[in-house]
Amino acid sequence: MNYPEKQTAITGIGQSKISRGADKSALGLSIDAAMQAIADAGLKRSDIDGMATWPGDRSDGSGFSDVGIPALQDALRIEVNWYSNCSETAGQFGAIFNAIGAISAGLARHVLIFRTMYEATARKTAFANALNVPGQRVRGGFQWYAPYHTYAASTQQALYFARYVHESGIKPEQVARIALNGRRNAGLNPAAVYRTPITMDDYFASPIISTPLRLFDCDVPIDGSTAIILSHIDAARDLPNPVTRIEAVGSNMRYRNSWTQLDALATQGQPKVAEMMWNRTDLTPGDVDVAELYDGFSYHTINWLENFGFCKRFEAGDFIGDGSRIALEGELPINTNGGALSAGRMHAYGQVHEACTQLWGRGDARQVKGDPRVAALSTAGGPLAGCFLLARE
Amino acid sequence: MSVPRPLPVTDRDSAAYWTGGANGQLLIERCNGCAYLIHPPTGFCPVCESRDTAPHAVSGRASIISCTVNHKQWMPDLPVPYVLALVALDEQADVLLATNIVDCAPETVFIGMKVQVRFEQNEDLWVPLFAPVESGK
Ligand SMILES: [Zn+2]
Repeated sequence: MNYPEKQTAITGIGQSKISRGADKSALGLSIDAAMQAIADAGLKRSDIDGMATWPGDRSDGSGFSDVGIPALQDALRIEVNWYSNCSETAGQFGAIFNAIGAISAGLARHVLIFRTMYEATARKTAFANALNVPGQRVRGGFQWYAPYHTYAASTQQALYFARYVHESGIKPEQVARIALNGRRNAGLNPAAVYRTPITMDDYFASPIISTPLRLFDCDVPIDGSTAIILSHIDAARDLPNPVTRIEAVGSNMRYRNSWTQLDALATQGQPKVAEMMWNRTDLTPGDVDVAELYDGFSYHTINWLENFGFCKRFEAGDFIGDGSRIALEGELPINTNGGALSAGRMHAYGQVHEACTQLWGRGDARQVKGDPRVAALSTAGGPLAGCFLLARE
Repeated sequence: MSVPRPLPVTDRDSAAYWTGGANGQLLIERCNGCAYLIHPPTGFCPVCESRDTAPHAVSGRASIISCTVNHKQWMPDLPVPYVLALVALDEQADVLLATNIVDCAPETVFIGMKVQVRFEQNEDLWVPLFAPVESGK
């Protein structure tokens, strides 16, 4: 099957310093990530002819996305044939999916894709103000939640996780393994923001944010930027990194696209996205060597274990078990850099960076053994879900 | 100690939902052609494609399909813990309302619990809240 995503490849990756408080601006971090990715791909600024990001410049004081394409394009003086940011996509990977379309349409050959977050600094200054501006009323889809003191994703998305617990019967100590696994891997990743090991006791001692979520189930707001270069596969063959194509994408929206009316509470919007992805490849879940599964919350990762088909519906708890299966040396290593829970909240782009790191054998102390060739990647959050497979040739 | 509820901007479609409480009514848009309840209100029935819709007073009875007890104090004067829930209307299970469950201890709220609407006036709006249905009623 010759789906067009197979004609695209990630050719370079870059990442700024990730921290709980940056010593440079959000734009400065974005420049660091972008220049590193361009150089890693063996390219020059003048080779980049496309740019994409998610969700674009918001500059709303939250730090969620302070840098959009205009600022970075002008800072780097890149001349592009095509550029796009759009947040109404299949999760945060929408920028990648859009870039696949642009490359397939011949609009661009090397697309610089980036995601910048500045939430650590924002939360030290303007976060509470951003949550609630007295007298200012709420527009759009979140008007149905806002009056109920839903100030953070953790409170709102806990509704999905509570439903998942209700239907699956997963045990808290099984959920905890996602956090413990992430921290163990982060200990081997010098770039991770939290590297001190945590125990099961530490997990149960961490405060409850909104049941069933504990603090250690929630990812860590950071300042940082990640960039990748997505290229036409013909061009990728002439570049230094191993040819690593997008094998298949899942980008559909076949549920009610609503945070309140989502008709798949326990699974969120993931099952049909994964189904689409598997329909576009001859690979199967058993072919995946490393899985970088979105962990904005630990429950997202748990959902993805099932929705990717690594285990059956509502059996992720037993699949996780004592954590050995998902560990670095296990049969399905997940979130090998520590994930968002410990390496920092790079909103799935950290996971893309890590997948390439593993497929290109650059993992050093955390390198997955056995020459991994196929990686599974995902994003999540209520109705939003997107996923893809990366395959090194 | 409290934090004012962040209130919605209402429009032609949504105003009935946020103001029906002035008359003690939970108003959900209903198709006059096939009686399907449309929420959020859009003025279009996705079942029969009719544009003939109007706010309709439902019973206000519902079941909790998910709930969470928020413990984190997101702002200085925010009273915690409190319960955020999604409830499904008795009349039509695919109408889900986000709400707070009030007038009970947070730890007593559970999925499957039967609840009944009540309203809390905030400025010019009446925010629908839900409380457990008292036994025997
Ligand atoms: Zn109708």
